[in-house]
Amino acid sequence: MTATQIQAKARIKSRTRKPWTPSQIILTLLGVAVSAVWMAPLAWALFTSLKSETEAVEVPPHWLPKVWTAQAWKAIFETGNITNWFVNSLVVSVCVTAIVLLVSALAGYGFARTEFRFKGALMGLVMAGLMVSPAVLGVPLFTTVQQMGMVDTYWGMILPQCAPAAMVYILYKFFQGIPRELEEAAFIDGAGRWRVFFTIIVPLSRPSLSAVGIFTFIASWNNFLWPYMVTNNPDLMTLPNGIATVMNSYGIQWAQLMAGGLMAGLPLIIVFVFFQRQIVAGVAHTGLAGQ
Amino acid sequence: MTATSAEATLAPASKPIRSTSAGSADSLRARMGRRLQHGGWFIAPFLVLFALFVIWPILRGIYLSFTDANVSGVGANFVGWDNYREAFHDPLVWDSLGHSAYFTLLVVPCITVIAFLMAMLAHHIERAKWLWRLCFFAPFLLPSTVAGNLWQWLFNPGTGMVNYVLGIDTAWLTEKSTAMLAVVICTLWWTVGFSFLLYLAALQSIPDHLYEAAKLDGANAWHRMVHITLPMLRNITGLVIALQILASLQVFDQAVVIYDFGPGPEESTRTFVQYTLEEGFTSYRVGYASAISIIFFVIIASVALGRMWLLRKREEGVR
Repeated sequence: MTATQIQAKARIKSRTRKPWTPSQIILTLLGVAVSAVWMAPLAWALFTSLKSETEAVEVPPHWLPKVWTAQAWKAIFETGNITNWFVNSLVVSVCVTAIVLLVSALAGYGFARTEFRFKGALMGLVMAGLMVSPAVLGVPLFTTVQQMGMVDTYWGMILPQCAPAAMVYILYKFFQGIPRELEEAAFIDGAGRWRVFFTIIVPLSRPSLSAVGIFTFIASWNNFLWPYMVTNNPDLMTLPNGIATVMNSYGIQWAQLMAGGLMAGLPLIIVFVFFQRQIVAGVAHTGLAGQ
Repeated sequence: MTATSAEATLAPASKPIRSTSAGSADSLRARMGRRLQHGGWFIAPFLVLFALFVIWPILRGIYLSFTDANVSGVGANFVGWDNYREAFHDPLVWDSLGHSAYFTLLVVPCITVIAFLMAMLAHHIERAKWLWRLCFFAPFLLPSTVAGNLWQWLFNPGTGMVNYVLGIDTAWLTEKSTAMLAVVICTLWWTVGFSFLLYLAALQSIPDHLYEAAKLDGANAWHRMVHITLPMLRNITGLVIALQILASLQVFDQAVVIYDFGPGPEESTRTFVQYTLEEGFTSYRVGYASAISIIFFVIIASVALGRMWLLRKREEGVR
């Protein structure tokens, strides 16, 4: 993405909107400068992936390929396991997202709107869970999963990612803000708890649920540490994993590595382009931003 | 549906709603009370997963930390506080903890400031808002390994772009003095998007009428920023800093990818998580690795509890 493209885009829009003021011009130029710096590494990866391997390591480096070639992109599909890893990533992330959404919405609602024994103590326990991640307690978590016989299985990759205290907490906060009268009216009409949950609460919480879902998907798709610990079998690896551990072992082929990396990032970037309005609205809605 | 419609439904409650219920307000309350008791079932699925993959590993980690367990934990002997005593005198524990802390100290202030400035830009530029959001957020959408590989490539002294663009000749990845800095730069670029989004959402939720009122009173842009924007963003800044401290202390991915799973030049980038995993999975000392995991858990928990304590104190101070 070059500065001129961005400016051109801005210019097209400006016809339909307010005229340029000096402060808007300065801000836009600043925005272009920051964006250029932030996009440069990605542009560099893209251009590298379109060079030949020999041109990629030429000194001094140059931005644009002298000879444009898709050879690196072809090579990652032909030699690597990349389609396989892609499918693994998809299976793992979709399962994690579905389970997390269901489980944390139910739990968040339970904590926000129902009473039961030991609720306070359990809530405290969940808050303690906020501090536990595979990074902190990776070794004991691994031995636990090993005990269950889930090393090198899909379940071993999926289930340990499915108890996200943070998501429960976010939804708990959100559900607390829904007016109680809505539920009470439904109870009087004879609806049960579950019916109230699925027909009233869930539709009302769509923005929050989609934010939780999208962030869970991003985290799971990009998760490196846990799949790295729990899989040794290259056929089961997820995309970030496969790229890091296997591609490097061939000796570094930079053009291929960049093509593979862009492949891994592309699905989420496309998702973000289409859903960014919902994502920003979701962050605002969940109270993540407000607190 | 609003409160008024709920009251409208409440009004005929003196008549029996269903033949089985008595219908008085008292029994209605009793019925709702009974419904509330079923809450446990909503929590149950989460609780099962939470118990298996959070609570149990903590308990197991505590148990293993008092043993000399190797790979599977089978046939482990109880060794008392030996692992903890050893960890206390292990220079690598202190070094790796120092590296994680140093990283956190560099990353957290930079990310907070950059994310805030980016959010201000994206919020105030009137045109092509989606494009700024995309540009600032896109790196966050890459897997950590890709970010790591990309910066390993950019920092490459001969063929990389960083030296070429800056016109310098630094051996970023082989000098002890710049090694961690390289990880920090990669992290800033890669993760600032998330904090940026939090700030952006917070900026959008500041009511416009505050600014309009301030303008009427003759406040200039600087005054509006200092007296409205910054105070309204105080909570989100606290959240960004807290999340960032917890995440930064747990740094692992980028550092190991940039240095090809090694400890970096003169072992200067080995982080605490990395050391734990090395002991557990490379040296097969699961008992010892569990002990340092528990130490780490206690450190993280103290940071988080410390923040909660500070928050509570501040709230009390307001009252």
